[in-house]
Amino acid sequence: MSTESPAETVDVKGQNCPMPVIKTKGAFDALAAGETLEVVATDSGSMSDIKGWADSTDGAELLSQEEATEDGEAVYKHYIQKAE
Amino acid sequence: MSTDTTVSAGGELSAEDVDALAERIDTLEAELADLRSDVENGPKKMVIIATKGTLDMAYPPLILASTAAAFGYQVTVFHTFWGLEILHKQNSKNLKLSSVGNPNMPVPNVIAALPGMDQMTTRMMQNKIADNDVASIEELIEISLESGVDLQACQMTIDLLGYDEADFYDGVTTGVGAASAFQEMVEADIQLLV
Repeated sequence: MSTESPAETVDVKGQNCPMPVIKTKGAFDALAAGETLEVVATDSGSMSDIKGWADSTDGAELLSQEEATEDGEAVYKHYIQKAE
Repeated sequence: MSTDTTVSAGGELSAEDVDALAERIDTLEAELADLRSDVENGPKKMVIIATKGTLDMAYPPLILASTAAAFGYQVTVFHTFWGLEILHKQNSKNLKLSSVGNPNMPVPNVIAALPGMDQMTTRMMQNKIADNDVASIEELIEISLESGVDLQACQMTIDLLGYDEADFYDGVTTGVGAASAFQEMVEADIQLLV
């Protein structure tokens, strides 16, 4: 499964709106077709924002979104694949 | 929708096959029309007119502009009157929050009007911004410019306030007026006044 082997990881922990979406867009543009991007954020709004961005962006497929706890802090992980 | 309309071995189409194909052609024609219009009209556009220069009102245009750019929009922000302060290299670092006439502030107007109160509320807001990992105005300007947002400074207001082109961030467009802003608004999909 491609979510287990992202080609690139964007760490936007500690950054708030609008940075997660903007950094996601920048990294997504640099991906090759078929590759998956992992975005790790601490902004809870990123769950809705990155979904909205992926829904409106051609060639971006949101594979999954996960909420986890790392070092006692809520972390939101997003996996986006670039279309072939 | 199914795309694998099967044709019977003898090459004859049933009435259902013909209907399915007709529907498929309609869908493809509609998609083609959308694509044609995208190609002919170029990317979607947003224009924001930024007229305010307080710390709280500097954020919305820059956040929306950089976000719209991430959505593939071609974005123009036309800064006029106090909106110019956002693009001014020095003044943008010292934007203030007014406590007078702001019902969201925890102090009544008579106290808010005392000397030094704006500095205090501004410092409170700056601390909150830093504590909540919100980007600074300067960072948002850099990100917007990097994302291809056209940050424009109204020439009439530059002259009115006695500013110089060199006072603004590198990459800011000067020498533009209401007519060019209006023309961009006419062509835009979204127009906002902040």
